[in-house]
Amino acid sequence: MNESLIQNGNIIEVKDPTPFQESLHNLKQNRAAVAGLVIIALFLLVGIFAPLLSPRSPYAQIIADRTLPPFSPGYLLGTDDLGRDMLSRLMYGARISMVIGVVSVGIAMGFGMLIGVTSGYIGGLYDKIVMRLIDIMLAFPYILLTIVIVAVLGPSLFNAMVAIGISQIPRYARLVRASVLAEKENDYVTAERSLGASPLSLMFVSILPNCLAPVSVQATLGVGEAILSSAALSFLGLGAQPPTPEWGLMIASSREFITNAWWIVTFPGLATLFAVLGFNLFGDGLRDILDPKLRD
Amino acid sequence: MQTTEKQTTDKQNSAETMIEIKGLSVNFNTQRGVVKAVRNLSFSIPNGKTLALVGESGCGKSVTAHSINQLLPMPPGEIVSGEIWFRGEDLLKKSEKEMQKIRGVKISMIFQEPMTSLNPVFSVGRQIADVFLTHHALSKAEAWERAVELLNLVKIPSPAKRAESYPHQLSGGMRQRAMIAMALASPDPGLMIADEPTTALDVTIQAQILDLMVSLQQRIGMSLLLITHDMGVVAETADHVVVMYAGRKVEEGDVFSLFREPSHPYTLGLMNSLPSNEKYRGASRLEAIPGTVPDLLSIGEGCPFMNRCRYATEICGKEFPDETRLSENHSAWCHNLSAVKESK
Amino acid sequence: MGKYILKRLGLLIPTLLGVITLVFFMIALSPGDPARVMLGERASAEQLARLRADMGLDRPLHQQYFSYLGRIAHFDLGKSITTGRPVVKEIMELFPATMELAFFAMLIASVAGIIIGVISATRRNTMVDYVSMVGALFGVSMPVFWLGLVLIMIFSVFFDFFPTGGRMNIRYYMETITNFYLIDSLIAVFKTGDWHYLGSALKHLILPAVALGTIPLAIIARTTRSSMLEVLKQDYVKTARAAGIPERKVVYRYALKNALLPIITVIGIQFGLLLSGAILTETIFAWPGIGKWIYHSISARDYPAVQGGIIVISTVFVLINLLVDILYSVVNPKVRLK
Repeated sequence: MNESLIQNGNIIEVKDPTPFQESLHNLKQNRAAVAGLVIIALFLLVGIFAPLLSPRSPYAQIIADRTLPPFSPGYLLGTDDLGRDMLSRLMYGARISMVIGVVSVGIAMGFGMLIGVTSGYIGGLYDKIVMRLIDIMLAFPYILLTIVIVAVLGPSLFNAMVAIGISQIPRYARLVRASVLAEKENDYVTAERSLGASPLSLMFVSILPNCLAPVSVQATLGVGEAILSSAALSFLGLGAQPPTPEWGLMIASSREFITNAWWIVTFPGLATLFAVLGFNLFGDGLRDILDPKLRD
Repeated sequence: MQTTEKQTTDKQNSAETMIEIKGLSVNFNTQRGVVKAVRNLSFSIPNGKTLALVGESGCGKSVTAHSINQLLPMPPGEIVSGEIWFRGEDLLKKSEKEMQKIRGVKISMIFQEPMTSLNPVFSVGRQIADVFLTHHALSKAEAWERAVELLNLVKIPSPAKRAESYPHQLSGGMRQRAMIAMALASPDPGLMIADEPTTALDVTIQAQILDLMVSLQQRIGMSLLLITHDMGVVAETADHVVVMYAGRKVEEGDVFSLFREPSHPYTLGLMNSLPSNEKYRGASRLEAIPGTVPDLLSIGEGCPFMNRCRYATEICGKEFPDETRLSENHSAWCHNLSAVKESK
Repeated sequence: MGKYILKRLGLLIPTLLGVITLVFFMIALSPGDPARVMLGERASAEQLARLRADMGLDRPLHQQYFSYLGRIAHFDLGKSITTGRPVVKEIMELFPATMELAFFAMLIASVAGIIIGVISATRRNTMVDYVSMVGALFGVSMPVFWLGLVLIMIFSVFFDFFPTGGRMNIRYYMETITNFYLIDSLIAVFKTGDWHYLGSALKHLILPAVALGTIPLAIIARTTRSSMLEVLKQDYVKTARAAGIPERKVVYRYALKNALLPIITVIGIQFGLLLSGAILTETIFAWPGIGKWIYHSISARDYPAVQGGIIVISTVFVLINLLVDILYSVVNPKVRLK
């Protein structure tokens, strides 16, 4: 999709003008990524302004109005079996999902990058031990790892976020370590070192910023994964506890209503679907843009 | 323009013509703009003869070759105008299904990079046998036998054993022979297109492959369109030559006339930069043509060689020259041929 | 290549050891008292103390750990608190159900995924391509248990096409020899000529398999598409076309075979992940497999059961990944034919 030169009847790529201009150009071209960004923005807005936007409190139960279908007067998306307004619950759910994303990915990125940078830079026995631990973590299927960690911490939404964050650490660690190992050999590092730069400043100020490309892609996709994982943990009773309006929990508690109240099942799932879709779209688009640099 | 082109083609029609290209123009629609890869190209190849299409990388010769059997990637590629007459039919008007009956049957093609041009997960014998199976009604065993025969024909030693080898187990020269064998599996060979067949090979092997191709061609009686940038190869194998530059034909003629009297400044430049050229005896440096190929995106209507041409005048920037007949089988397209001739 | 395999095998034991250790310590450190869970709220302190001694819970942690390792070496994963039966036995009984579902789901996902991926690649940037890829994106963005519920709502409740759960119509009694219902029902056909068992087994299998297989399908389709696009760019594809080989054969024989390597790797990995995802899907469809069993064990705070179940699934996961690695090095023609 780049500029081309014709050779042997094939089209081969040729160097582009400025990388930044190119990226911007690509971003505008990549309609999927833009769509993803729009969805994310919408989701964030709803989450941040939920108290202002939602018609009612997500916890208010009006027994007289329970299990009302969508488009009932006053309840756009209907109510659940305890008479709580679906729309309000979904909006606060967006808020919660937002927090889940930030906390989980924050933990994973923070510790993951720390481990990756130090491991890659320092090397030696430290590196070997750390990587061995990371490998063991990766030997687990992801869901089981989160379950095990939550089992230790005790079932709650916050602990679920921590568990998800911890489970995602290995990816960032590996990614950053690989980048650091590649960058370590570069001339600018040797140059700065010869000028007397301290290892800390080298690690964090010089090398780390160069690793941001793959990390940002992983982080974007990671938010989507965190939301899905939290939903799974809630389903297993290990995450959010009732009456929290977390989307996964809402789906989990809706099982008995598949025959008579389809909206209680469908809407939280749709909300999850679109939120995660937004992050996946944008993450994919980001990856396409940063692709040449992502070739590890 | 029309009348002079017609004169040339009529001349060549007196012998039986295998393939005739008329006014071919090919564009590539890229994100940065439209690249005019080939502009108003016409030539023909008589039966049983070899025509060499010469020029540097990017001049459009490969694009031309790929246009003949419609192997150009068509989304970016676009055949703007032209006709390609082969056995009484215009190939450019044919559908993909119809072309499939022609490719490998009447027109075959071999490519430059034998390493990447052969499928790594099948043995060479299998690949050749598959071509047989596609075009003839044979059993698998028969197809395999024919494949081995062909490998023998292209002078690969112990063909029966070699047929079971995978491409990466063969040397470059042998792979190219295998590709030629694949091209020969066609039941009704009329034209073989060879796109820089020897460029990726060692010099010593080059000669062998060329010999092989010429002898096969004569034996089978097919026409050969040879794409190359190497004038040495042209001298050895071609009957006729077409010199291309930046998508246009700039000189054309039979090989003897062309080498005796290269007339277009670009052709001269090509000849002059041949290491085997007499004038280099004792010299320490090769003469290169100064300047670079123009950007095909922004090319105008004038002569594309202008910015590198010693003899360029004002008219060269405004319009592309008409054909100048130098002799019966030799033409050039240049405004200042007399100036060029004088300074030689 | 042999060296590589040996190296990977060598890593197997330490990895498994690490997995077991992690699980052990995690469960051991989790809050809650197994003894109390077993005996209930009204147990006296004495009773609790005695049970703890019996279960070895009063010994120092590292001793517990080593005795646990010892028992694992003898394939003893302890006894389930809820049923009192050995964990290993319960898992063995439930394993075929989970495997059958996982296998069927992977079959659907692989076949459909590859076909969709190939079609998308050959019709790049057309409507078919966009729809497929958007569909794939949707597939990986939804919670699998929600998908299961929605499928049940549509196909079982609204249209009465499929049953809502279980492996077979409860009114049928079928002799279970292998506990793989498809096999057993085929045996039943030979023995009694009765096709009902097979029909019922299939009907019960479809919805959960589709739900479970959706995410792998999406991922396989995407991988196939990108791998095919890479291959279709290659020169040897052009050679095949120039030789007049029909396009269908070029795509499915010449191109696909070259594209298969990453696809097979992905299939292997997805299969491993599928087994762990079984926990969610089996529960929704009341499928009596290991997943559902683990789910109930979690709710019941049945530590040995959860511990055992997680260890078994993780071990299978590690083994599958090992197999995928080995398979990759074997199938890669550049490595194989040296």
